[in-house]
Amino acid sequence: MDAIFLQILNGLDKGGAYALIALGLTLVFGTLGVVNFAHGALFMLGAFCAITLEKILTISMKVKDESITFFDAYKEQPYLEIWFGDFGTTIIDWSVPISILLAIPVMLLIGLVMERGLIKHFYKRPHAEQILVTFGLAIVLQEIVKSFFGANPIPSPAPEIFSGSAPIGVLLGLGESVVYPWWRLIYLLFSGIIIFAVFAFLQFTTFGMVVRAGMHDRETVGLLGINVEHRFTIVFGIAAVVAGLAGVMYAPILPPDYHMGMDFLVLSFVVVVVGGMGSLGGAVAAGFLLGILQSFASMNEVKAIIPGIDQIIIYLVAVVIILVRPRGLMGRKGVMED
Amino acid sequence: MSIVLSIKNVDKTFGGLHALGDINLDIEEGKTHAIIGPNGAGKSTLLNCCIGRLIPDSGTVEFEGKNMIGMQPHEINHAGMVRVFQTPEIFPDLTVLQNVMIPALARRDGTFKFNAFVSLASEKAIEADAVHILEDMGLGEHIHKHAGSMSRGDKRRLELAMGLVQHPRLLLLDEPTAGMARHDTNRTIDLLKRIKERGMTKIIIEHDMHVVFSLADTISVLAQGRIIASGTPDEIRGNPKVQEAYLGGAEL
Amino acid sequence: MNMPLLKNDWVIMAIFTVAVLTAPLWLTPVGAGYPDLMQKFAIFGIFAIGFNLLFGLTGYLSFGHAVFLGVGSYTAVWSFKLLTMNVLPAVIFSILLAGVFAVVIGYLSLRRSGIYFSILTLAFAQMSYNLAYSVLTPLTNGETGLQLTMDDPRVLDGPVGQGLPSTQLFGIEMSGYNGFYFCAVMLILGFFISLRIFRSPFGLKLLAIKSNQTRMKYTGFNTRPYLLTAFVISGMYAGLAGSLMAVTDPLAGAERMQWTASGEVVLMTILGGAGTLFGPLFGAGIIKYFENIFSAMNDGRLHEIFAFLPDWLENIVVAITGEFVGEGWHLTLGLLFMIVVIFLPGGVVEGIRRASAYVKGIFQSSGDKDVALSAEKE
Repeated sequence: MDAIFLQILNGLDKGGAYALIALGLTLVFGTLGVVNFAHGALFMLGAFCAITLEKILTISMKVKDESITFFDAYKEQPYLEIWFGDFGTTIIDWSVPISILLAIPVMLLIGLVMERGLIKHFYKRPHAEQILVTFGLAIVLQEIVKSFFGANPIPSPAPEIFSGSAPIGVLLGLGESVVYPWWRLIYLLFSGIIIFAVFAFLQFTTFGMVVRAGMHDRETVGLLGINVEHRFTIVFGIAAVVAGLAGVMYAPILPPDYHMGMDFLVLSFVVVVVGGMGSLGGAVAAGFLLGILQSFASMNEVKAIIPGIDQIIIYLVAVVIILVRPRGLMGRKGVMED
Repeated sequence: MSIVLSIKNVDKTFGGLHALGDINLDIEEGKTHAIIGPNGAGKSTLLNCCIGRLIPDSGTVEFEGKNMIGMQPHEINHAGMVRVFQTPEIFPDLTVLQNVMIPALARRDGTFKFNAFVSLASEKAIEADAVHILEDMGLGEHIHKHAGSMSRGDKRRLELAMGLVQHPRLLLLDEPTAGMARHDTNRTIDLLKRIKERGMTKIIIEHDMHVVFSLADTISVLAQGRIIASGTPDEIRGNPKVQEAYLGGAEL
Repeated sequence: MNMPLLKNDWVIMAIFTVAVLTAPLWLTPVGAGYPDLMQKFAIFGIFAIGFNLLFGLTGYLSFGHAVFLGVGSYTAVWSFKLLTMNVLPAVIFSILLAGVFAVVIGYLSLRRSGIYFSILTLAFAQMSYNLAYSVLTPLTNGETGLQLTMDDPRVLDGPVGQGLPSTQLFGIEMSGYNGFYFCAVMLILGFFISLRIFRSPFGLKLLAIKSNQTRMKYTGFNTRPYLLTAFVISGMYAGLAGSLMAVTDPLAGAERMQWTASGEVVLMTILGGAGTLFGPLFGAGIIKYFENIFSAMNDGRLHEIFAFLPDWLENIVVAITGEFVGEGWHLTLGLLFMIVVIFLPGGVVEGIRRASAYVKGIFQSSGDKDVALSAEKE
């Protein structure tokens, strides 16, 4: 029972990441009609926003190490600590959450530049060409990151107070043995907030209404004299920010490396397809569902019955869904049913 | 005269819309049968039910005694029923000649044949057949052009050639002259008349009354998913019900 | 117009054969005349030709072709381990088994088209890759990769002497130039088959499917068996390429199945020109050639190249170009790929066509304006 509960939690926060990436992917597909293979790269760039900020905050100077008394030793000490003392240390400790403030404008800018500079020229071109050009862009982005940050994963710890595990077993009356890392709980909460924010934005603003109408019937909205193109740009920017934020907060869970975007891209596409191309609710539901399925498949009891199932479960679900119900769990009828 | 196509009690609803209601129609061999009716009367739906694009809710479509309902489009094609589309459905990336060789190959090769090691250049009979039809259509000088770059009228004639090269026993024409200039229309009418002399059975859906009355042996009038009249052109012309439904009382 | 076509094909074949067999001669001046690299040209050429038979002719974009490459490699190594070091059975078994995989994956994936087809093939590839790394370790030897060992049975070869045996064709060792010539012969065969398919009614029907599949159905063709046949042939080419990799270096690893490997062949085909006869070959050649040059380059070498510049400029130029060579080769590749897709969707072959039309235009415009005009219209 405890094990099952933990697996569900495990699945939920992995699912949170899937859902956040898939949300942007499906939003872009639904409104712009573009299949963006560079979307995973945006997730990766977000994670590297966190790394960059940490690097900036820890710019150091050589100072004498006072703790070593028997000879002259030097150590690197961040300027922040030198200037602000303990407050500086705290800021460095909190660099990952603080990165959100950096990531929002940076990702928005990247998204806008990407859409204006490249994607908009591909609205009317075949899906195959969209896939190819964004695939090329993804390679370029990840190689740029690699040349700046190297090929190895860079650990970026969560703030000290979230580093331990939460005694959720005690809180929920399941016993003391049930514990769960704080940061993963935070991530789950965070993804919930972002998803809620995106839905609220689309539901309650005029802008969101136009976007939803556009997802429903792009041509008609264009005919109404609404400047669709201008909104497309912003939609793309929002998708980039959401993917980026998912990446920022994921950095403490999975030390970022340059190809993490590609790894998540394939999975997110599967999530989008299972949810139904262009369906926002579907992407979120499928994200969490596949996350949970994945973590159940990783249980030893399950692997003992079907060896290797943990390795293929997500793809297997995708294959079955595409073959049996191509519009996905919540996709509209007639969208991409060929 | 034997019956080539027999449509019996065909019904089709979309959601709440009754698109076709209890359609009964027999097409005699060698005849040209026109189906006319106002927009939204169900003409295209009826054609789509014959060709396998739509499956009727009930009723049968029998072609030469065989029920066509539920058959795949390529099977219906090989049974001998060929459709010419309203908006030109061609292969825009191929040449005009290739566009016509494809259906000619379909007729010879069947639904599937793996002839990967034969040279296309050695398919003389197929090519001659295609060239002949194209010249007949007045497209002789275009045969090496890209089909996608032709004018709309030429594309429509190309489509007709693609249908004719298969020598179907029943040809379904969906508004063959829509969007054509007057002289092109007349040319197409002449052409269709010549096919008629060869004894090919045809169903024509058409808006242009000039075309209908110059070609049709029999006419059925469709209004709101029902056949309200059937008969020879003269009978239809004089039928007050038709005038009422079709032209709001105006003289045909 | 028909006779020259047939004649031309034999001329094309003759020129192609001579060009491939004399490759060591004309590739040496450009620094690519050694067997290791030429083998790569041939192997990836085969892979890309095969991929083009699917993507170029039918328009179905597979993102999972690396599976067949991997299957080919594993099969060949197993053939070396169990049966004999002779490469012929290895190649044959690889092609057949890759074909079997292609039938299964193709049958399922081809029930959908467009993006869904791409994602299905991608999903199958990821499953194969993940399984090869995990539960299939007894067959694939997991991360280490499948290798020859001293205690392999090799039932047809009998006991061997000291050291691991090397691959051979009836006694001729497949190392150095022999290895290259074996791959070259396979490339010539592969190209010949591709040429025949391009020129056949079957090939025309595939092109027609790409152009308008719905129309094909109403024209009386059952398009699925056509697509499946193209898919399987193309998978068999990949299997052949995979087996040749094992022939030249008897080792097979799961990374050959990774989707980035599938991406590479897509890249080669597009770069050269999808749907053209020679395009995929150009693409494979260009990518492997520049990969070889660029990835071997370093800052020291760059300084030598730009030594003629003033020092300050030299440093700047080296710093910038340094990002694109060595480790940064993939960056160059990605950029190149984007540029091709954006500006030249027809690839290198289209580029050559445009360039020659442009040159022709220059010559004609000075002489006969009417001709130039009519050329422009076309």
